Amino acid sequence: MSSTHVEHPPGESRARRLRRIEPAAIGGVLFRERTVFTRYWMSTTFSSVVEPTIYLLAFGFGLGALLSEIDGLSYIEFIGTGIVATAVLFSSAFPGMFGTFVKRRFQRTYDAILAAPVDVGELVTAEAIWIALRAGVYCNAPLLVAVVFGLPPSWGMLLVPFIGFLTGLGFALLGMFIAGVARSIDNFNYVISALLTPLFLVAGTFFPVDAIPGGAQIATANPLYHCVELVRGAVFGFGGPGALLHVGALVIFAVTMWRLAIWRLTKRLID
Amino acid sequence: MDVPHTGAPLAVTSPDPVSSPEGQCPPAISLRGVVKRYGPITAVDGLDLDVPAGSCLGLLGPNGAGKSTTMKLLTAQAIADEGELHILGHELPRDSKQARAACGVVPQLDNLDVDLSARQVLQVFARLYRVPRSERGAAVERALAIAQLSSRGDALIDELSGGMRRRLLIARSLVHRPRLVLMDEPTVGLDPQVRQELWSLIADLRASGVTVLMSTHYIEEAERLADTVAVMAQGKVVAQDTPGALITQHAGKETMEVYGRPDRLADLEGLLREAGFGTRRTGPTLSVLRAEELPPSVVDRLTLDGVRRAATLEDVFVLLTGEEIV
Repeated sequence: MSSTHVEHPPGESRARRLRRIEPAAIGGVLFRERTVFTRYWMSTTFSSVVEPTIYLLAFGFGLGALLSEIDGLSYIEFIGTGIVATAVLFSSAFPGMFGTFVKRRFQRTYDAILAAPVDVGELVTAEAIWIALRAGVYCNAPLLVAVVFGLPPSWGMLLVPFIGFLTGLGFALLGMFIAGVARSIDNFNYVISALLTPLFLVAGTFFPVDAIPGGAQIATANPLYHCVELVRGAVFGFGGPGALLHVGALVIFAVTMWRLAIWRLTKRLID
Repeated sequence: MDVPHTGAPLAVTSPDPVSSPEGQCPPAISLRGVVKRYGPITAVDGLDLDVPAGSCLGLLGPNGAGKSTTMKLLTAQAIADEGELHILGHELPRDSKQARAACGVVPQLDNLDVDLSARQVLQVFARLYRVPRSERGAAVERALAIAQLSSRGDALIDELSGGMRRRLLIARSLVHRPRLVLMDEPTVGLDPQVRQELWSLIADLRASGVTVLMSTHYIEEAERLADTVAVMAQGKVVAQDTPGALITQHAGKETMEVYGRPDRLADLEGLLREAGFGTRRTGPTLSVLRAEELPPSVVDRLTLDGVRRAATLEDVFVLLTGEEIV
């Protein structure tokens, strides 16, 4: 730079370059997650894949022997598609809660990241994208196991990773929001018992939602139910434009949680 | 013992970005009337501070003086309630991201990713600080050399000693060749040998022209490394100058230390106060500031068990902050 170099007025041209949500900041946070993932991918993958698979096999064989069909599907077809949502929930809400809390409170990772040119909005967005990508991959595991046990493969199954990603985004952000509210890691017990367990039971995974009185109405408020319906639609054929409503519900869920997670974590991370 | 020089350039000396009409650099950090409250507690209470570009400023103060809060304000990890903050010409908090991109930060608490290797930590920060793709590899190796970990780049953080982790933490802040480095108590909790190693590292950094703002409560650290020392107490800068000038101005040339029984010291204290001299008590010792100005009549009553020594920054620190050093 020569001495005649004219500097732009501070905050003018550069402000335009540094927008609110910048790909470079998202990329940096994703790169960190990817690098850390190379160290613990085995244990994470194991729990994310094995747990829903055990549910699938236990219910599929245990309950499947007693049932002939549900809604015109064999039980393995019913649960093999429904359990995808459980896999999404396990691999998104839990990392969102525990991972965020640990990185915020114990490892102080977020303090280091926010001292770099990364804002809370970018941090939250990147972390949620990373978790949702993993959820989109992991949720295929029980589906593949179900195929081995008799679920007929279909081209529509190729949509399942995208459904998993969209649902995972919302639940990752829900988990991050909760991690921003929680004062200690023990607080998660309330959330797991009172929120996540009912969500995952009344989603049409193990039994049809209308088996419970008022279940159909309750389920429409459950994002996981919309995920289950979309997965069944993708595998067995969409019945009509209703699928778009399910997609819309999941988008609304994700956007709402995105705003809430950013708001709450900003309060926690910026004094 | 001095740390052997690695030969790795610590950072580029940035050419002066803006020349003001007088041909002087604007300060790298400029704070005016900054206030930060946490509920009923006012952590920073009308802070004014200028850090000239290319200098090393030591922010010296006891615990609770507001040093760490000040550091958080500078990275917009705390937002001031009042006042104006400028870093490298960027207004905070509005343009804090631009400011952060040009700063390196060494946190007080180690926040390295323990599962990663030293090299991976630096690769992550090269990305976070947006080092261009083609320069990343060289930037990482250069930072490893600064941390003197070139041969241990693939060692996991968990396998490194406390001193190595601290060096890596400093090197991590330099991976993008920042113009300004903020260090919050960079040697807190380390043993003296490791502290000396880090001092060499910080001295090299300062010699390379990078502006350094370093908070510390170690007097010796400020005295050795800082061009300018700002003494902070109760959220304000109460004095700012070179270590030498601070000593001359506030503590004079000599300090006399008198040892004796508590009742005798109490008598002397009264006598000295009457004569207009500042004193302080540290256990069985009474220190008299500006001892070179003591009139012979007073000295006669002290010399029996008094020892003269040169005034130190510690005398200034205690005088200005009202805190004893442990």
